[in-house]
Amino acid sequence: MSSATKFKRTSMIGLGIAIALLVTSIIVNLLPLPNDSIWKVLFGVSTLNFTLRATIPLALGAMAGILCERTGIINIGIEGMMLAGAFAGFVVKVLTNDWPLMASLLAGVAAALIAGALMGYIHALFSIKFKMDQIISGTFLILLALGLTSYLFNPDWVAEGKFSPIAIPVLSDIPVIGDVFFNNPPITYTALILVVLLHIGLFHTKWGLRSRAAGEHPRAADTLGVNVNFYRYLNTTLGGMVAGLAGGFLVLEAVGQFQEGMTAGRGFISLAAMIFGNWMPFGALGAATLFGYTQGVQNALLLAGVVDIPRHFISMLPYVVTIIAVAGLVGRVRPPAAEGKVYETEGSSE
Amino acid sequence: MPTQPTPVLEVKHVTKRFPGVVANDDVNLTLYEGEILALLGENGAGKSTLMNIIYGLYKPTEGEIYVRGKKVEMKSPRDAIALGIGMVHQHFQLVPVMTVAENIMLGAESVKRGLLDVKKVAQEIQELSHRYHLDVDPYAVVEDLPVGVQQRVEIIKALYREAEILILDEPTAVLTPQEIEGLFEIMKRLQSQGKSIIFISHKLKEVLYISDRIVVLRDGKVVGETTPAEATQEKLAAMMVGREVILTVEKEPARPGKVVLEVKDLKARSDLGEPALRGVSFQVHEGEILGVAGVQGNGQTELVEVITSLRKAESGQVIINGEEMTNASPRAITQKGQSSHVPEDRHAYGMVASYSVADNLVLNTYNLPPFAKGIRINRPAIIRHAEELIEKFDVRTPGPHTPAGSLSGGNQQKMVVAREFSRPIKLLIAAQPTRGIDVGSIEFIHNQIVAKRDEGVAVLLVSAELDEIMALSDRIAVMYKGEILDIVPREEATRENIGLLMMGVKRGEKVGATS
Repeated sequence: MSSATKFKRTSMIGLGIAIALLVTSIIVNLLPLPNDSIWKVLFGVSTLNFTLRATIPLALGAMAGILCERTGIINIGIEGMMLAGAFAGFVVKVLTNDWPLMASLLAGVAAALIAGALMGYIHALFSIKFKMDQIISGTFLILLALGLTSYLFNPDWVAEGKFSPIAIPVLSDIPVIGDVFFNNPPITYTALILVVLLHIGLFHTKWGLRSRAAGEHPRAADTLGVNVNFYRYLNTTLGGMVAGLAGGFLVLEAVGQFQEGMTAGRGFISLAAMIFGNWMPFGALGAATLFGYTQGVQNALLLAGVVDIPRHFISMLPYVVTIIAVAGLVGRVRPPAAEGKVYETEGSSE
Repeated sequence: MPTQPTPVLEVKHVTKRFPGVVANDDVNLTLYEGEILALLGENGAGKSTLMNIIYGLYKPTEGEIYVRGKKVEMKSPRDAIALGIGMVHQHFQLVPVMTVAENIMLGAESVKRGLLDVKKVAQEIQELSHRYHLDVDPYAVVEDLPVGVQQRVEIIKALYREAEILILDEPTAVLTPQEIEGLFEIMKRLQSQGKSIIFISHKLKEVLYISDRIVVLRDGKVVGETTPAEATQEKLAAMMVGREVILTVEKEPARPGKVVLEVKDLKARSDLGEPALRGVSFQVHEGEILGVAGVQGNGQTELVEVITSLRKAESGQVIINGEEMTNASPRAITQKGQSSHVPEDRHAYGMVASYSVADNLVLNTYNLPPFAKGIRINRPAIIRHAEELIEKFDVRTPGPHTPAGSLSGGNQQKMVVAREFSRPIKLLIAAQPTRGIDVGSIEFIHNQIVAKRDEGVAVLLVSAELDEIMALSDRIAVMYKGEILDIVPREEATRENIGLLMMGVKRGEKVGATS
């Protein structure tokens, strides 16, 4: 009946798919199936591990997007923020190679966060202070990050070591769930906790209420004494940090090295996940999982040596699913109402 | 009023300049404790600017403001709120996707262990709604609420912040007559509890009915102060406009001829995909004005859009001059159907703000001779045409080359009316033809509409202003939730029976539990 409920329901499609995936996987893994069964390939523990690894940067990117866009700042520059985070994390890791491994990695993470925050702040500055078109500012950040990191990158640099999984006692012994969720490196845990925190933050705290109001109806917030642009600066900078963390994940946890353009469109898929999840943290996590799973399946199918389908088609899978998911949602999601609009406190509106 | 009135709010010599405009010019205003002060003025007279200054949204260029005798400097609404000033804005400042409780606590949140304490806020809202008889559900989502209830939320929002001075900016503009009565009761109750109220309006009847004192603003200046006992509608109108105004529309009885527009069982959907027209049927004859009344958002917009082919009809028929025109092209409707359309949103559909007045006057005839010569545009003809219409329709513009966007609202509307009324037409569709324009222009446009009728044009008039419908129509159709509940001849129509129909109560039915 209420349109608000309708939109809330849409945001949960991704989450529903993610949960269905997990349940299917538990059943499949508990059944005595041969290892080369197609079910094992599609839903085995290793596929789910792949899925989670592919999901984390997408989920972090989507959280970065939600942070910015909920306050009304469009952020298509996540790709650039991620790349900047990845590069900064890599450089600091290389510079601190002779420190103890953990200290060196944490320094890398700090650098990724700072680089991301800086990118976010620049985006906020352009969008709010200089009233630049937010799409252009985002595009600028992507190009800046691509150009700068390629220019500064030296292929001789080698980062030594990356984050290794930390098994959580007791929980990691649960069949399937333990293997997938409770035996991971730290940024993965951080990302999952962040989704929960962001949900609570947005919908159950003062900060969240004001942030959402700034993105939906800044004038209303302003008439109640809420400083709209303060929340826009704050959240866009925080969003940049989270995107930077996604870059840090790629370098310090997943790959261990930096490669030119290594984000490979993940920032854009994050945006798709954010939209598919209707700007809700759990919805976006579900959507990120769906997209991550297509990458997991792609990997699993290629490893299993499926030859009936040309591998190019398998490689296409993540992108095709992204396009279908987002195209199928036109009119069913609702972005924050004031997104992309400059808010000016005083002017002759009449 | 107490015997020795204490001023709670004083505005002294306030001037506000925007680039190129003086919105307020040396304004003095005093509000006494426990009174309802009406601030009367036309659109653009500077009422809203003045209120935004009092509420801390704008900073005055010059002048001072005193609250309870103390000089105050307000940097933002936060300061105004702290001084006990609350404002209900003309355009509600509510976040549509949030709940009532969230909207009310925004900026003044109750927090328990770091999390929002919605329960406590809801309880406080219920206490307030009980005390002032302002019935709302704290957990309802604002966009699902009717306008009248949203307004109550706005009032509670101010009371929640313990406002002692309440500014109500054009609060009756969006309400049905019955809702207006309800609002006035609320205002009386607030007054009896010691609140001081500034009531902004351009509706004379309401101002005379509710206020203790009336201050009239014109062109940014205070031009007079009076009380309801001393004033009459005519006097107030003359003060507002600066000259004598004839408030009633003089017209002969209609002499309807044959059917020009016929609509049969029309169905269409809104932008959100929900049914907006649920089988609408009516006829408009030549030489009559059919008024469509109704609270905004009951399908009137969609009805006009479907007839003018700006929206697709799902089923049903639109017949103009005996010819089926359902879902024909908009150009076919205007040219083959010989119809004119004064759209409700002139900025979106009626004009191109950055084009000159002359170009705007040929927006739908530029492709026809004499304005087009082959594939070329005949500029001298367009300018001549513009000069003629500017004269005839009294459009106040520096010249035909002035961008339309720089004219005042009233003159923009006169320009649209000039374009639409100056072609030979059989059907006129006028949607909210006088929205947001001054009394003087309203008078002019009303007379033009009646003149068209007397020429034998069939007029479909859609308006949310009941007074306008009553003044002009020969028959009145009332829309409610996408249906025409009834069509009432003008002689049988009263504010009461039309008001009830606007609330969905059919003739003969009892009033239900409408608060």
